[in-house]
Amino acid sequence: MKERTKLLWIAAAFCAAYYIPWGHPLIRQSGLEAFMMLQEYAREHVLTCLIPAFFIAGAIAVFVSQASVLKYFGARANKWLSYSVASVSGTILAVCSCTVLPLFAGIYTRGAGIGPATAFLYSGPAINVLAITLTAKILGWQLGLARAIGAIVFAVATGLLMAFIFRKEDAARATGPIHVPDTDETGRSLLQDTIYIFTMVLILVFAAFAKPAPGATGVWPAIYSAKWPIVIALIAVLGLMVKAWFTRQECKSWMESTWGFMKQIFPLLAGGVLVAGFLLGRPGHPALIPDQWVQSLLGGNSIWANLIASLAGALMYFATLTEVPILQGLLGAGMGEGPALALLLAGPALSLPNMLVIGSVMGLKKTAVFCAIIVVMSSIAGMIYGTIMA
Amino acid sequence: MEIKILGPGCPKCEQTLKVVEAAVHEAGISADIEKVTDVMQIAGYGVFGTPAVVIDGDVKSVGKIPSKEDVKSWLET
Repeated sequence: MKERTKLLWIAAAFCAAYYIPWGHPLIRQSGLEAFMMLQEYAREHVLTCLIPAFFIAGAIAVFVSQASVLKYFGARANKWLSYSVASVSGTILAVCSCTVLPLFAGIYTRGAGIGPATAFLYSGPAINVLAITLTAKILGWQLGLARAIGAIVFAVATGLLMAFIFRKEDAARATGPIHVPDTDETGRSLLQDTIYIFTMVLILVFAAFAKPAPGATGVWPAIYSAKWPIVIALIAVLGLMVKAWFTRQECKSWMESTWGFMKQIFPLLAGGVLVAGFLLGRPGHPALIPDQWVQSLLGGNSIWANLIASLAGALMYFATLTEVPILQGLLGAGMGEGPALALLLAGPALSLPNMLVIGSVMGLKKTAVFCAIIVVMSSIAGMIYGTIMA
Repeated sequence: MEIKILGPGCPKCEQTLKVVEAAVHEAGISADIEKVTDVMQIAGYGVFGTPAVVIDGDVKSVGKIPSKEDVKSWLET
């Protein structure tokens, strides 16, 4: 940071401390809401949902071989495989921001071309394990599922559209050698890795198992009452697997990468929750921004509400996972289900800062088309989802 | 000798830079170490994953933090 930037930040903080009417009831209420929302996350979501999800993300980052996926992005790769792999590979590759943009630039200039590159660029941040899990846990499984399906479908559709619109220019790409990360021999089969990650997903599912509605009968209450014994049994199984299949060094890198994610994401998420709580409050508790504003702009399922939601999502920058508390606040203040999905689909993949970077890779025209495709499709998906849920 | 560290500026790239600097120091040779953060320049090396290390135009490692021993062995040849 430059010295002048530091000075500006300090001056801004000083002005905020000086001029904001902290004693005003509305500001007090908003401040209280910020911390009440933080507490809700700490009590309800961190232990049962986020911590297991961090371990899964850490395991995926360390144990799933990136090279095995990247070979599908080469210049001579089968087109169908390129698109299908690009649309789901976000789960594996994009858990770290280190990978997304360089990989996108690489696929675009040297690899499979603009279609798979944009498909990957879209799916990367939209479909990672942490984002989908937290969406499903906090905003409901319907929205989580819609987000996952929407992200995969959108990735393929965006890629195909981009490849079709710019089919002439695509032929003149640079060629040259491609360097992908090396594969390390692990001595485990793909099946063993799959079972291991699947066990962790099961732990997450049971630990986060929602309390069924009172008076419900059948299998759900039974699972709910047995959820902790099931989780403990699964952890024991996981422990045995780790002991039998993994070396000490591998366990160490697993822990390091999990810790890396926690360190990176917890402060951002806590900040996001505080801001969302301050501006919007928990559902049913008003805060700084009046509910009527949210309702009039984003309520219902009109074409405008959906368009505004996807445009706002496309321009705003959401640090990893912070879209979830912000949406929770907006939904609580009266946002419609359809616009919520529109914002989730357009939001994490696009932001003003990353549009600038994408622009430096693809040029202004392609970037504008890419953003327009996503905004339009998100609005349409929001309207369809809003109609189904109504 | 010319060493380039490719990466958009994430924590892993910083660690890679430190490892390379330490290795160069221990090997006692003089080398120009340069960080490349522009994504188009990174893509220009055909690198599909960062951090990557390029020594005198040769891509030596991609998508991971190399060990100090590895870097030293690249410096010697």
